[in-house]
Amino acid sequence: MIINQKVSDILEVKFPGVVILPDEPHNDFIQIHPEKWKEIAKFIKTDSELKFDSCQCITGVDLGIEDGLEVRYNFHSMQLKHKIEIRIAVERKNPSIPSIEQVWRGANWLEREVYDMYGIRFKGHRDLRRMLLPDDWKGWPLRKDYKTPNIYNGMKIPKVRKGWD
Amino acid sequence: MGLVHAEEMTLNIGPQHPSTHGVLRLKVKTDGEIISEITPVIGYLHRCFEKHCENLSYEQVIPFTDRCDYIAAMNNSFGYVLAVEKLMDIQVPERVEYIRVIMAEYNRIASHLLALGTFGLDVGAYTPFLYMFRDRERILDLFEITCGARLLYNYMWVGGVSHDLPLGFMEASYRFLDEFEKNINEYHNILSYNKIFIERSADVGIMPKDVAIDYGVTGPNLRGSGVKWDLRKDEPYSIYNRFKFDVPVGTGIMGSVGDCWDRYWVRAEEMQESIKIIRQALDKIPREGNVHEALPKKVRPPKGSIYFRTESPRGDLGYYIISDGTPTPLRVKMRSPAFTALSALSEIATGWMLSDVLVILGSLDIVLGEIDR
Repeated sequence: MIINQKVSDILEVKFPGVVILPDEPHNDFIQIHPEKWKEIAKFIKTDSELKFDSCQCITGVDLGIEDGLEVRYNFHSMQLKHKIEIRIAVERKNPSIPSIEQVWRGANWLEREVYDMYGIRFKGHRDLRRMLLPDDWKGWPLRKDYKTPNIYNGMKIPKVRKGWD
Repeated sequence: MGLVHAEEMTLNIGPQHPSTHGVLRLKVKTDGEIISEITPVIGYLHRCFEKHCENLSYEQVIPFTDRCDYIAAMNNSFGYVLAVEKLMDIQVPERVEYIRVIMAEYNRIASHLLALGTFGLDVGAYTPFLYMFRDRERILDLFEITCGARLLYNYMWVGGVSHDLPLGFMEASYRFLDEFEKNINEYHNILSYNKIFIERSADVGIMPKDVAIDYGVTGPNLRGSGVKWDLRKDEPYSIYNRFKFDVPVGTGIMGSVGDCWDRYWVRAEEMQESIKIIRQALDKIPREGNVHEALPKKVRPPKGSIYFRTESPRGDLGYYIISDGTPTPLRVKMRSPAFTALSALSEIATGWMLSDVLVILGSLDIVLGEIDR
């Protein structure tokens, strides 16, 4: 996984201070600050050495009630056949992150799904609506602090059992 | 086309419609007969897969992955168990590897048969659908003698498979493959080279290469647009690097590259390649071996996360699994290939006639269970 080091180095030159250096060295992903995310996204899509032309997966993650939320992006390059994972941490209260929907068109629905499940607002997204849940659903179900409501539109919601003993 | 603008009309297709391949609603804006915009509304089949996973142990997730893509359940659980095995660093016995590949490829054929058959049905060809179901039935029979289930198998386990191949499986397999190979030619005669079918599908719904990549479309849809990308070849997982097979791509034989006919053709050709893989696997499979040998006592992966992709019949199926060291996963995310394919529908169907929408939708081969999860 030399590509991670390469991307990290290139980004450090182009956008100084954007890559958050890890506490312990690893080769699985790179973590960056959210501020210039859209410019960075445009850059890694078009740069001749990187060319990440396909946005494969956007995952929202809730690491626990004490920790914050995170958005993880998996990119892939069809031309150069390499891939990378980029992580961006967001705060739990009022989370928001620049949208890359206008950079990769495929990111549109993927971002909407993350918004649907975690309530992370993607700044600049032109059509940020719920994706899988009904429009009148309240709350963000995949957050760890989510409480399942008892009633939805007059219908009783069955309790989720916690595993099988 | 497009010179005279009439008043726009919004038309609703679905959620219950025979050609939407599940419970899908399309809000279609039309200008006369011409489509100006499509807004797919999904979520009718949402069964909270990802939320359930956070409350279940790793083994209990496997039946859920089956139910996500119920057309190709083997391939779906295959991807999941490979991801968990990679997290836990488990090496499975040779015989298990071969059995898994055989099952995955059989399920790919079954899935493609359904895709092609219903695609023909959307266009108005009823007979090929029945013929293809005849052959699909025989594959389901093979699954049934192996694990008892015909649609949702729960066959792939972390570290192994649930049952060894039964007596007579090899003979039945060889017999089926021989006959099926001949049947494919029959399908080409009655559907692929059918004049009416070509008129309806060639040069319709063209998906250019760059649009497909930008939307993250993968699998046969991407290969139909002429991109040679197959995870089995380019990033071999399991033991796919041991088999010889080609990756068919769309070349625009009947119209232009990336039209509906090309997507159809890629699937038809892929069935041939799957036959090749199954034949090689049946020849090479070790005769002895315990399929339960490597089953772990407890499935408890160490802390960490993984994004693992496999090639399902619909494209790159990715699982993002985060483990916090407990018996239940912290997060399981499924990157569904049909989800991204459907997101491109509006782009490629705009400008075509209303009757072409269902043809384009059929050629994308979506499964709503996997899109809504």
